[in-house]
Amino acid sequence: MRNYKHNIDSEIAYTHLFSKKKQTLVAALGVTVGIAIFIFMNSLMNGFEVASVESLFKSTPHLRIYKNDALSKSLVSSADSNKINLISNPKITSESKKIINPTSLLKILKNESEVTGVTPNVSGNVFYKNGDSEVSGRASGVIIDEQNAMFNLQSYIVDGNISHLSGYQNGIIMGVGIAEKLNLKINDNVTVASALGVNKLMKIVALLQTGNTAVDKTLSYINLPVAQQLQKQSPSYITDIYVNIKDFEKAKAYISKYKHLTGYDVEDWETANAAAAAANKMRKMMAMAISMSIMLVAAFGIYNILNMTIMEKLNDIAILKAIGFSGRDIVKIFVMEAIIIGIIGIVFGLILAFILINLMGNMWVGGDIGFFPIRVFPKYFGVGVIFGLVVTFFAGYIPARKAALLDPISIFRK
Amino acid sequence: MSNSNIILSAKGIGKYFYEPEKFKVLTDISFDINRGEFVTMVGKSGSGKSTLLYLLSTMDTDYEGTLEFDGENLTKQKKERLAEIRNEKIGFVFQFHYLLPEFSSMKNVMIPALKLGKYSREEIEDKAYKTLGMLGLQDQALKNTSKLSGGQQQRVAIARALINDPKIIMGDEPTGNLDSKNTSIVFDIFKQLTSEFNQTVVAVTHDNDFAKASDRIIEMADGRIIT
Ligand SMILES: Nc1ncnc2c1ncn2[C@@H]1O[C@H](COP(=O)(O)OP(=O)(O)OP(=O)(O)O)[C@@H](O)[C@H]1O
Ligand SMILES: [Mg+2]
Repeated sequence: MRNYKHNIDSEIAYTHLFSKKKQTLVAALGVTVGIAIFIFMNSLMNGFEVASVESLFKSTPHLRIYKNDALSKSLVSSADSNKINLISNPKITSESKKIINPTSLLKILKNESEVTGVTPNVSGNVFYKNGDSEVSGRASGVIIDEQNAMFNLQSYIVDGNISHLSGYQNGIIMGVGIAEKLNLKINDNVTVASALGVNKLMKIVALLQTGNTAVDKTLSYINLPVAQQLQKQSPSYITDIYVNIKDFEKAKAYISKYKHLTGYDVEDWETANAAAAAANKMRKMMAMAISMSIMLVAAFGIYNILNMTIMEKLNDIAILKAIGFSGRDIVKIFVMEAIIIGIIGIVFGLILAFILINLMGNMWVGGDIGFFPIRVFPKYFGVGVIFGLVVTFFAGYIPARKAALLDPISIFRK
Repeated sequence: MSNSNIILSAKGIGKYFYEPEKFKVLTDISFDINRGEFVTMVGKSGSGKSTLLYLLSTMDTDYEGTLEFDGENLTKQKKERLAEIRNEKIGFVFQFHYLLPEFSSMKNVMIPALKLGKYSREEIEDKAYKTLGMLGLQDQALKNTSKLSGGQQQRVAIARALINDPKIIMGDEPTGNLDSKNTSIVFDIFKQLTSEFNQTVVAVTHDNDFAKASDRIIEMADGRIIT
């Protein structure tokens, strides 16, 4: 019976779209706006998110391995709290903070597949002195190249050159806050004194500005051996090992593994920066809620405008049914129309989103932020396309399906 | 499909409308129509002619009683099958000539045939053009139907109903908008289809001469058949 397949369904769909170009474009524009806002807002929030995380990791590693400086305990402790210990060590002392055999530990950690960076650190409290004025702070003894690779120190340098530290043993990279307080500038000398009474005259090779005032007013970077000398320790003395991994979100999951691997305590960035981490979490939840709302609003907008275009064709649906088109044909025709409108709208939506993101990204906000931290995340463009297609599909399918189930006459009677 | 001489059989058809209040539009309607018969349906305005014709053409499935068409029970049939039947075996001309406004006359006539897929596009084009020509519309073939006069639109609708050589052609006042010349053209076409090609025609009409010249008249009043 059916000798030819004439593809009349798509012919009708195309005719509908092309004979009412203006209407088609208006509907597509509805999709465009929905998609563009969806992508733009998500990029905005994620850009902000990434920027704040980056600022957190300017000085904090994903994981820190250290020797817990616990106080010494009683030599004998009774399990029964009713009994009194007769023997106890009278003097409570601080145990050594030293990590034993750091070289082999570093090697072991470097071989882990998830690890992207490892560097040893000797941190100690110091005084920075210039003449009579002095500022307390923390000097971080580092291997500067490794430190730079992990924390991108280079990008926070406002004066001088980071590489001069490796060339100059007694060099120091100093937070701008300290330098300002002590009235120091690049190439000036500063005296660094440790709690153990070691004094060193050091030369400022670079100034650092992270944007975090607490850091900029206290922190300096010096060469590892100098830090060891300040603590009166041998060259094998290490207080911390900094570890960065591929996905900082998974830091917590590696704590027990590294504890096991090294035998020392491990702290993840979230624990180390509880406040920042909580803020981070909150921002994430907020972003999710906003993203969902935008999705809903955009979906509703797209759905509505497409639904309207189809409802205007209700009479055509009845006529097509009267001359023998089945419900399946009707659904096919109108889903096709919706998807074509959707694709046109999505293409323009992607372009519009790209333009909006670039406009926003070129806005200067200043401070340590610079340009507004929005960027093109391909992920959201991908999600936007899928989202748009799904919504346009249903915007075509649902009303067409409803009409397809009706008797043609009951449509005419409406 | 069936060799019986009866093409369409209605048994105890009843129908209600519920808006604005429940009332029975059609009551206990039973009749048989033979193949090749040219039947006209008459009756006062509001007597239920259009309502009945919609039921017969499967476009309204909300009724009681049973309908049999070409040996097939229509009453319990799935919607998809009814669509197939309408496409292949029923040509319908509405009282208000419903055409697709974005398409040309030619396309409107061709669409049911393109849907059916029995013939090639060239054959369908050829046939559509000939049918339009028969109804005096060859000049209007490429015009959009939204730009045609009422009578022209009605003739396009008739051409569309004829395109698939349906077993039955149902018209709800198919000549209501036509002048006497075109009315007689349509009448002659219907006469020829029934007598020469054994197709069946059921046409609602208010035109007494038209009705008298047909094979049989069914008269309706208040939702019942009186003759
Ligand atoms: N959708 C509807 N809802 C309620 N009542 C309806 C509906 N359609 C028709 N009616 C009523 O049903 C009755 C029959 O209507 P129908 O259209 O079948 O009459 P008709 O015989 O075709 O009249 P005409 O010759 O004027 O076309 C009328 O009283 C009409 O008011
Ligand atoms: Mg009527």
